[in-house]
Amino acid sequence: MRKYLADLHIHTVLSPCGSLEMSPGRIVQEARNRGLDIIGITDHNSTRQCAEVVRRGKQEGIVVICGAEVTTKEEVHCLTFFEDFDKLQQFQKYLDIHLPEIENDPFKFGYQVWVDQQEQIIGEEHRLLISAINQSIDEVEQEVHRLSGLFLAAHIDKTRFSLISQLGFVPPELRLDGVGVSPVSTPDKLVRQFPWLHEMSVITASDAHMPGQIGMKNTCFLLNEPTFAEIVKALRGEDGRRIVRD
Amino acid sequence: MKVCDIIEKLGLTVFSGEQGLDREITGGYTSDLLSDVMGNSEEGQVWITLQTHKNVMAVASLKDVAAIIIVKGFQPEEGTINQSNDEDIPLLGTDMEAFEVSGRLYELLNN
Repeated sequence: MRKYLADLHIHTVLSPCGSLEMSPGRIVQEARNRGLDIIGITDHNSTRQCAEVVRRGKQEGIVVICGAEVTTKEEVHCLTFFEDFDKLQQFQKYLDIHLPEIENDPFKFGYQVWVDQQEQIIGEEHRLLISAINQSIDEVEQEVHRLSGLFLAAHIDKTRFSLISQLGFVPPELRLDGVGVSPVSTPDKLVRQFPWLHEMSVITASDAHMPGQIGMKNTCFLLNEPTFAEIVKALRGEDGRRIVRD
Repeated sequence: MKVCDIIEKLGLTVFSGEQGLDREITGGYTSDLLSDVMGNSEEGQVWITLQTHKNVMAVASLKDVAAIIIVKGFQPEEGTINQSNDEDIPLLGTDMEAFEVSGRLYELLNN
């Protein structure tokens, strides 16, 4: 086993708030420059840019874990990840059904486009991706786990759009695979703030919206190989796989 | 004023927690952030919100609110209803938006 460096919360050009520079090629290039082994693609309520990042990642030796940052009905941001394109596509269908029909205004919120290998725009999402989908956090968690995915509460220490800000505390029945800490905090600070988190896997990630932010915060995993299945094990602390703190 | 009085005067639906209908009301608090309600609401207030999650009841119980009004015709989740019955804190509903029901409750309590 060895250590792998991962930044599991990265937005692309598809997120309205994501910089137009966040093309798949640029993201993978920056990840390489930063010495990352694994990146997670988590656009707001959409997975449509993932496939091209995976393709670029394969060329450059960066492992790409696909998912989305879902905004639940309670306006809690959650990180979701899936093992393969089949599961990812099933989850995309779920998002398409539950994203409300609120038109994006690109001048106010930003463009919501996805691109191909030549960085040509191949699609645009017309519905506003930063809306809350009409599913509760419990319903999203159940759907993600039905698809054998990973479900984490994003930047749990933030005063908005976090599980804590919106729902006060972690619902006891909610099956979290881990929690994310925002770039301004650290796992140690987080556990001091919320002592009940000490039993939980805490990941640090950049929440990058611009190329320069990629890898500024990351998580070190001890894994046998850089795969989705190994990350699942690490988050559960199984077979010696785990998160390594400096 | 008791919870049962405002049900009649504001035309509210009772989802659950009927055992608590004679709770005395001291005021109101309108917020959809449960972290904010945990920090700032007071005992005996009626809490007005659009959140329907079960955590609403845990916060309501912690703060000992008189009742909860869920706005805009939203339906509480099953777990929320069950816990309202366990805690005897009435879970009420209205088609009104938070602005309107807050204003009307304010008027009732201050006249």
